[in-house]
Amino acid sequence: MTRLTPSTKSIALHVGVVLLLLALNFLLPEYHRGVFARVLVLAVFAMGYNLAFGYTGLLSLGHAMFFAAGLYGAGLTIYHLEWSVWPAFGAGLAAGVVVALAVGFLALRTTGVAFMIVTLMFAQVFYLMTLYFTTYTRGEEGLVLPQETRVLGFPGGVLDLSDPSTRYLVALSLFAIVLAAILFLVRAPYGRSLIAIRENEERMRMLGYDVFANKLMAVVLSGLFCAASGAAYAVLFGYVGSGFAAIQYSILPLLWVLVGGAATTLGPLIGTLFMFYVIDTASSYTTAHLMVVGLVLIGVILFFPKGIIGTVRERWLPWLP
Amino acid sequence: MAFGPYFLLATLEGLVTAAVLSLIALGLSLVFGVMRVVNVAHGEFYMLGAVLAWWVASLFGGHPAIGFMVALVLSPLVVAAIAFVAERLVLSRLKYEPEATIVATIGLLYIIQQLALTFYGPEARPVEAPFHYRMQLPWFGYSAYKLAVIGFSIIMMLATWFVLTRTKIGLIMRATQFDRETAQAFGIPVGRVYAGVFALGAGLAAVAAVLIVPIQQAHYLMGHDPLLLSFIVVIIGGLGSLRGTVLAAVLIGLSDGIISMFFSPTLAKMLATLAVAMILVFRPQGLFGAAAR
Amino acid sequence: MAAVKPLLETHGLGRSFGGLRAVDGVDFSLPEGETHAIIGPNGAGKTTFVSLICGRVAPTDGRVVFDGKDISLMPAHKRVRAGIAYTFQITSVFANLTAFDNVALAVQRQLIDDHERGLSSRALTEHGVDALQKVGLGDHADKVAGNLSYGHQRLLEVAMGLALRPRLLILDEPTQGLSDSEIENFIALVRQIGEEATVLLIEHNMDVVMALAERITVMEQGRILAQGAPAEIRANQAVQQAYLGG
Repeated sequence: MTRLTPSTKSIALHVGVVLLLLALNFLLPEYHRGVFARVLVLAVFAMGYNLAFGYTGLLSLGHAMFFAAGLYGAGLTIYHLEWSVWPAFGAGLAAGVVVALAVGFLALRTTGVAFMIVTLMFAQVFYLMTLYFTTYTRGEEGLVLPQETRVLGFPGGVLDLSDPSTRYLVALSLFAIVLAAILFLVRAPYGRSLIAIRENEERMRMLGYDVFANKLMAVVLSGLFCAASGAAYAVLFGYVGSGFAAIQYSILPLLWVLVGGAATTLGPLIGTLFMFYVIDTASSYTTAHLMVVGLVLIGVILFFPKGIIGTVRERWLPWLP
Repeated sequence: MAFGPYFLLATLEGLVTAAVLSLIALGLSLVFGVMRVVNVAHGEFYMLGAVLAWWVASLFGGHPAIGFMVALVLSPLVVAAIAFVAERLVLSRLKYEPEATIVATIGLLYIIQQLALTFYGPEARPVEAPFHYRMQLPWFGYSAYKLAVIGFSIIMMLATWFVLTRTKIGLIMRATQFDRETAQAFGIPVGRVYAGVFALGAGLAAVAAVLIVPIQQAHYLMGHDPLLLSFIVVIIGGLGSLRGTVLAAVLIGLSDGIISMFFSPTLAKMLATLAVAMILVFRPQGLFGAAAR
Repeated sequence: MAAVKPLLETHGLGRSFGGLRAVDGVDFSLPEGETHAIIGPNGAGKTTFVSLICGRVAPTDGRVVFDGKDISLMPAHKRVRAGIAYTFQITSVFANLTAFDNVALAVQRQLIDDHERGLSSRALTEHGVDALQKVGLGDHADKVAGNLSYGHQRLLEVAMGLALRPRLLILDEPTQGLSDSEIENFIALVRQIGEEATVLLIEHNMDVVMALAERITVMEQGRILAQGAPAEIRANQAVQQAYLGG
């Protein structure tokens, strides 16, 4: 029985968080509801990143390419092929998985510093591709998806994704699905294997694990979640541009996860939310928000390496997943 | 013009790129070689060098050579001092743990970039070259200043090589690189050596920047491309191998100049980056790494 | 101990590091069910030899045959799944995970391959607790491995090996750093394991070797110096010379 209690507690906590977020849809003022919708979508990006970085110990500096693969996979098919949202979303996911498979297969032959640089370079290649094929992507300027293409068809009706409340609820649904998937994953034997690979690869090999295959699976799942975030971003906010493939968007999920707490299920959400409001608040005093990002990065890594949720887990709630 | 003159021009331009790139990459390689730190903020030290050069040069009237010469001395010193302080305040406290230091230098990158934007602004500004002599070649005139840049870079590299291999400072640095703990046991102040190496690396990037501002203007985002290019150089040359770094810089500089004459620069960058990623995947010791060790 | 088909054979197995022949053309044969000890001075190539068997180190020449199949080119993780478990000389449990999680990692790997039972959380808990109890760590399941005493960490290491249900268990200096009373328990444990599995043991402590081994191989400078029952080895001139500084 003792082994059951923490698991019940953690499931209750996660359900509680989702319900709270649901309630916020009706409580938040318009501006903040918009911010939260964006945070929820990007928190999915951060959760995907966390699976690779936090749980498996793979510090990638190139996750922007997975996010952008989803973004362009959905955006380009809608804009040029006039696909509807569901298949376009699927195309985004597929693009993310394909890119993650290819990059993972190559990059996972390296470790440590080399892995960081290789992922950084693959992402740079992806970014340059979005600039090179500017006929289709319009590069930095990007594409704006017309409002009439951003409707989600259901048997018995359609949802207008540009409506703020719908947008919030769709973002929350995606967030809840991915959160549940991650929670399931890290509590399953597979999650335990990933953590153990992070701790000691050689030992895992001598327990009979194919370390490469397990890491590749983690990168693909991570890429899938990041692509889901990117595809959702395209259809919910209607804009697709090269900026999302640039290096900043590889650094941001790292920042969010570090701030919130690596290898925690709720850390990515907390980190993303925290950084959004820090930058938002800073922006009303100064335009120097890059400065804030820089200072927080250094501050966290120096004084707070476990992040918010990581520290809470260490000090007070050891059962947090 | 026929193919020949084009090719000569591309080669000359490539050599200028190679010369400047060697200095930047040398700094990056030095820091990685001795400290095992990947300094993502390296490009920003380069940018800072350029911006400071503009500022120093603008303080001096009279002949442009005066401002330029003062900048060539002052700007690298200031950049090195900033790097020294950053190393002591941040990197040393992270115990040089590779992942933490990368995150911290990313933070440093953003801070420096923002400071430059705030105080220097978004404009691109030129520094006047110290002299304007044009060498007449059979097909076209070529800036003598650019040739001087190549010459000065070679001198700087020889000086660095001399310091590393022939002086006590170099010996101490190599001892620290070889085995940190033993060096410490022999009374070498490893912390100060690290800070010094980090400052030297940043200073080399700043020298390169001062040399380049009369050719390309100073801009707060100018650190990005050199960072990537010098990563490429250091990887191809073999991480931490100085000879390999210089060889690779010449290779990359030349091919960059020549390729971008014939292809679109974006495509050239794309292919080069992809090729380098593949080298890192399949030959992590670099193309010249094994030979240099 | 009749002449059954050997579980493990090596043919001319060798490994060089630079110019050094760490293991030099070793022909070795281990019958199923035997508890076998490898002894020899430091640097004799014992650890390299078993590393070649379990696949942590690739051979420069020769072959490894396990259960009649040539496994020389098989990657380490597949050899583990084929039934060769290795416990590390230097304790390398997952220090940040609980003792149960450590064992569970081995159990779940084994259960994935066990198509009859399959990976269920009940089977996982059952087998995990079982493996911990076998080595006497039943009460420590929820403790973080890094906080266990050194002796307990060594036992946990063995429990992880056991949980893989190996046909061949390789123990690399398992009693190093243990107290006398811990060693006594350890001997009893290995005896019990030896009833179900074939055990290959590298050991310096001769009391442990004499208490456990059915046969002994003596290695020196990468080669087999002598092989035989404990009594024969004790009487062997060459062995005495190697050990007493000949």
